[in-house]
Amino acid sequence: MNPTPTSAQSPSDHVDPVALDATDATASAKIRPGRSRRSGRRANASMIIGAGLVVLIVGLALISFVWTPYDPTTIDPAARLQSGSLTHPFGTDTFGRDTLTWVMVGARITLLVGVVAVGIALLIGTPIGIISAFFAKQPWGMWIDAVIMRANDILLAFPALLLAIIFAAVYSPGTGPAMVAVGIAAIPGFARVARSGTLQVLGSEYVRAARASNRRIPAIAVVHVLPNIAGMVIVQASVAFAISVLAEAGLSFLGLGTQAPTPSWGRMLQESQQYLSTHPELALWPGVFIALAVLGFNLLGDGLRDRFDPKMEARGA
Amino acid sequence: MPENLLEVRDLTITPAGADAPVLHDVSLSLAPGERVGLIGESGSGKSLTAQSVMGLLPEELHARGQVHLQGHSGNLLEANEKTLAGLRSDIVSMVFQEPMSALNPLMRIGDQIAEVLRLHGKAPRGQIPTRVLELLRDVHMPDPDSDRFAYPHQLSGGQRQRVMLAIALANSPRLLICDEPTTALDVTVQKHMLDLIAERVSAVEAGLLFITHDLAVVAGVCDRVIVMYRGRIVESGSVDEIFTAPKHEYTRGLLASSDLEATDDRGRLFTLKTALAYSGPQIGEAEASVDVREPGDLRDEPQISTRPDHTGMSVAGSTDEDSVRTTSARDGAGAASVRDDHRTPSVRESAPLIEVSDVTRIFRGRGLFGRRRSDVTALGGIDFSVAAGARLGIVGESGSGKSTLLNILSGLDRPTTGHVRVGDIRVEAASSQALRRLRENLQIVFQDPFASLDPRMRIADIVAEPLIAAGVDKDERAARVEEMIAAVDLDQDSLRRYPHQFSGGQRQRISIARALVTRPQILVADEPVSALDVSVRAQVLNLLTDLVDEYALTLLFVSHDLGVVKHLCSEVIVMRAGQIVESGATEDIYANPQDEYTRRLIAATPSLAEALTAG
Amino acid sequence: MLTYAINRAIQFALSLLVASVVIFALMSLLPGNAAQVALGTNATPEAVASLEAQYGLDRPPLIRYLDWMGGMLTGDFGTSYVTGAEITPVIVDSVQVTAILVIAAIAVSILIAVPLGTFAALEQRNWIGVTISAISQVGIAIPNFLAAIILVIIFSLTLGWFPSQGWMAPIEGLGGFLLRLVLPVVSLALVQAAVLTRYVRSAVLDVMREDYIRTARAKGLTKTKALFAHGLRNAAIPVITVAGVQLATLLVGAVIIEQIFVLPGIGSELVRAVANRDLVAVQGIVMVLVLLVLIINLIVDILVPIVDPRIRNAA
Repeated sequence: MNPTPTSAQSPSDHVDPVALDATDATASAKIRPGRSRRSGRRANASMIIGAGLVVLIVGLALISFVWTPYDPTTIDPAARLQSGSLTHPFGTDTFGRDTLTWVMVGARITLLVGVVAVGIALLIGTPIGIISAFFAKQPWGMWIDAVIMRANDILLAFPALLLAIIFAAVYSPGTGPAMVAVGIAAIPGFARVARSGTLQVLGSEYVRAARASNRRIPAIAVVHVLPNIAGMVIVQASVAFAISVLAEAGLSFLGLGTQAPTPSWGRMLQESQQYLSTHPELALWPGVFIALAVLGFNLLGDGLRDRFDPKMEARGA
Repeated sequence: MPENLLEVRDLTITPAGADAPVLHDVSLSLAPGERVGLIGESGSGKSLTAQSVMGLLPEELHARGQVHLQGHSGNLLEANEKTLAGLRSDIVSMVFQEPMSALNPLMRIGDQIAEVLRLHGKAPRGQIPTRVLELLRDVHMPDPDSDRFAYPHQLSGGQRQRVMLAIALANSPRLLICDEPTTALDVTVQKHMLDLIAERVSAVEAGLLFITHDLAVVAGVCDRVIVMYRGRIVESGSVDEIFTAPKHEYTRGLLASSDLEATDDRGRLFTLKTALAYSGPQIGEAEASVDVREPGDLRDEPQISTRPDHTGMSVAGSTDEDSVRTTSARDGAGAASVRDDHRTPSVRESAPLIEVSDVTRIFRGRGLFGRRRSDVTALGGIDFSVAAGARLGIVGESGSGKSTLLNILSGLDRPTTGHVRVGDIRVEAASSQALRRLRENLQIVFQDPFASLDPRMRIADIVAEPLIAAGVDKDERAARVEEMIAAVDLDQDSLRRYPHQFSGGQRQRISIARALVTRPQILVADEPVSALDVSVRAQVLNLLTDLVDEYALTLLFVSHDLGVVKHLCSEVIVMRAGQIVESGATEDIYANPQDEYTRRLIAATPSLAEALTAG
Repeated sequence: MLTYAINRAIQFALSLLVASVVIFALMSLLPGNAAQVALGTNATPEAVASLEAQYGLDRPPLIRYLDWMGGMLTGDFGTSYVTGAEITPVIVDSVQVTAILVIAAIAVSILIAVPLGTFAALEQRNWIGVTISAISQVGIAIPNFLAAIILVIIFSLTLGWFPSQGWMAPIEGLGGFLLRLVLPVVSLALVQAAVLTRYVRSAVLDVMREDYIRTARAKGLTKTKALFAHGLRNAAIPVITVAGVQLATLLVGAVIIEQIFVLPGIGSELVRAVANRDLVAVQGIVMVLVLLVLIINLIVDILVPIVDPRIRNAA
């Protein structure tokens, strides 16, 4: 093979799991195998379960706008710290507020933070990654790519929770700064995925063919790059969503995220700590729902990843 | 009855969860020391057969039947992994196709050879280092003393394959299985490797089961040949029998389509369907034309199209057909001049269409923080010119610079120094406007049929893409695309499908359609058939020939395969390490190669006829 | 290899420099200033001005940055505007607690994940492999603070085996130290182990498909022996990279765990500093955390070529 600059990959590309997100949600695309048909089917099951859980959480949040069993802010001293019953299926908290109601309303914040954070990261990170990859393919633009990726690496040194704590310190603690911080922390993940996907596409013979057919760079980006990396980006979005659910919960648990009186699962968990010895079930429901939401988005991402696995597509039938 | 070294009976392999077997009742045997070739195209089941013998079948495949190996009592298919492991490399060894990934990248090769010696305890511990050196010397490694400390990535493909052979033969097994051991290697390296396999197998007196798709390779190495087709053995016999009097129509078809010296009355290669007219691998003129129609249940490309192989090209004018037919069918230069006479008066002048003078291309080494690495000279001063309507073959092995040259010609890359003129465009100094004009006139068919089509686009959009860039309006685009897809013998239905629904040969047809849809003057084909099965290769080459005639194209055909170039091209340049070592008319260069490298290249190219006469 | 290491070290230093600028800019330039934040919104302008003068906040930003950087280079993280105390000793003490916690947790999670992930890959088609995968999938979804709460409920409040909170330095009593360490370490390690198990499993599965494993089997190794002789070292390469990222995540995860178990680690100091609006302390602690993350990345970058000769030679 001729050592053309377009095909020159540094050998470290081989081990750098490009799609590594800063956190931990699931295995990256790079060290993920092209799977056998069998595990492909099982993975499809994970997509269905994941989608089911996501629909459940979204459903709870949507219903809470029109109906909740009780008013979330009403304090009922007579009904404080009850266990699960027919009137209060999930029990009540120390102020006598209905836990089910709080779980439903809390889903809103979880999803809001996720949507905003992922939105920020996707809309900023993906174009950065694509543009960076285009520069990487130009002999004169490689240094721009290098600078962008180095900046990306530095941003990676600020995990979501840490950045959110900094924001809470500088601005006042609250949902807004938390969303923005988690979103910014997720940018490198999208940029890396988009960049490695774009590099793959740009190195392909079909893009060479398109260039030989006079397609211009913006057209190549839209016609060839975007459709071919969309799958990877969607998977990343799903994983990043799970991460932001965790980050928001953690932040609120520390008291630096969503502030009272807005219901939030993380803060419910924190408040439950005082009553752990007497009322451990107070920790149960927010805990379960945080786990379900994270599990749902992770499974969805896993299933989507198998769906979009380029290796399966390429050799196809 | 003398016991056979290997006895396979009624081997049937079925994928888990599938009803239809992929291998049907395969029976074969191999006497001690015998060399048998197992021939077939992709999907024929030849590798599965070999893997069953080794006990290396993927777990999702279930094998039934009997496999017996001398030195082990009982059916190997029923043996457990531990028993099989004991036999592997001791009694039966294997060399695989892909040399680049077959060795552990983290381990020195000396250690990888030592491991196989240690495992079977054939050499006393203290002697292992000496034995490793001996083995490396046996496979003619350039410098065994230091090579044993090398990691695989520091060796070339050919060297890695030598190491694989050294590992396979370290314990002097009784049977060596080679699964396409030379397919991934350059021609000259392939020749050495084949000689080496033959030499080493004799030296350790092992039997050989040689799996390949390349008939010419088998003819040189084996005594006996078994032909497989779609999971069945269709024929077996001595090399002479199979190659001179094949009984099964598939064997005949395979033979006919791999013989690039033989053509039918239209000057086209034989395919599975026209193989009846083929008269064996002599260098001689093809005889009477036979009207061939759908023989038996053979289909050239098993997936979508069942249209007859372009016997009736709708777009081919009959007068041209006749005039071409009257000239010597294999005389490419003659054909080219015929075309020039009545086709493209506008480009028929004395000035060549393409002129390349003193072109170099040097890639600057690049290190972290601008630390310089050594520069790589991909092209070191190239000169040649191509007349309009000519068919130029560019031959070279990997690293010869042929791909770089193509990139420069098509304006995808610029030369470091020198001049390139295509038509009236000075490529090295062209404005982006001029480059666009160049690319409208010069189109490329790429090598890998799986990578050159965007998996997420429909065929209609893929073929239309060059037209969009050229600003052709929608209705005309659709018309031109339909016309092109018909010209490459695909159904109009294909337009709505995606690339993965097509076989390799069909994808190359789509690639060709895309390249020709803008009606370029120049077609560049970059190894367009190297990834295809032999029978499909013949069809694609014939299609290419037809279209080059039909559209009066100037063809630049890049290949590592001299046989293909000889068939297709009137002129040839031979490249090596960024230089042109020889150029001229194809016939002359073949008959009388001046350069030592060209001579080696020609000698190394496997040829049926030669292999038969030599054997 | 040496030039590679030097290159990485230079990159490390540059990253650190840029990160310090970012942190300083975030803390000192954007909203109001540290004195205002420290005194609260209803402080008089005179009080703010006097605090600014006291701590030199009225100087230009570049001078303040250089002052801060220079201080850190000599091990002086400055003085809190809120408590007036030196920050350096607080950081030095607390970072030790966090380091013990995090290193113990990553060690435990590797000890769990490597065998489990390998086993899950080998038994990929059996119920046991599938079960391991499923459990690790669920494990990933449980945030470490939830794991901590569950562990406290079970092992501390119900069974009474371990204290639910508190810290004892090793010199004060090794038994007490270890006893108090168990639950925090396990809460951190379990979740990380789940994540790591999945990575190990998929790395091993990838490796099992490689041609050189087939070669190893053709040499006469059984599938399992081929994996141990040739596969695991290859699988280690992506896992090392992942484990590095994990370690960074653990470090931040420890902030919450230290809160729950009331451990005097750097996370507790960070939360306290945020609550006290002590921006100088926040700035210093964040810098230390980022420094640790970057050091981890540096170690990974140097470890990978040691395992992989291809990268060693390219470098």
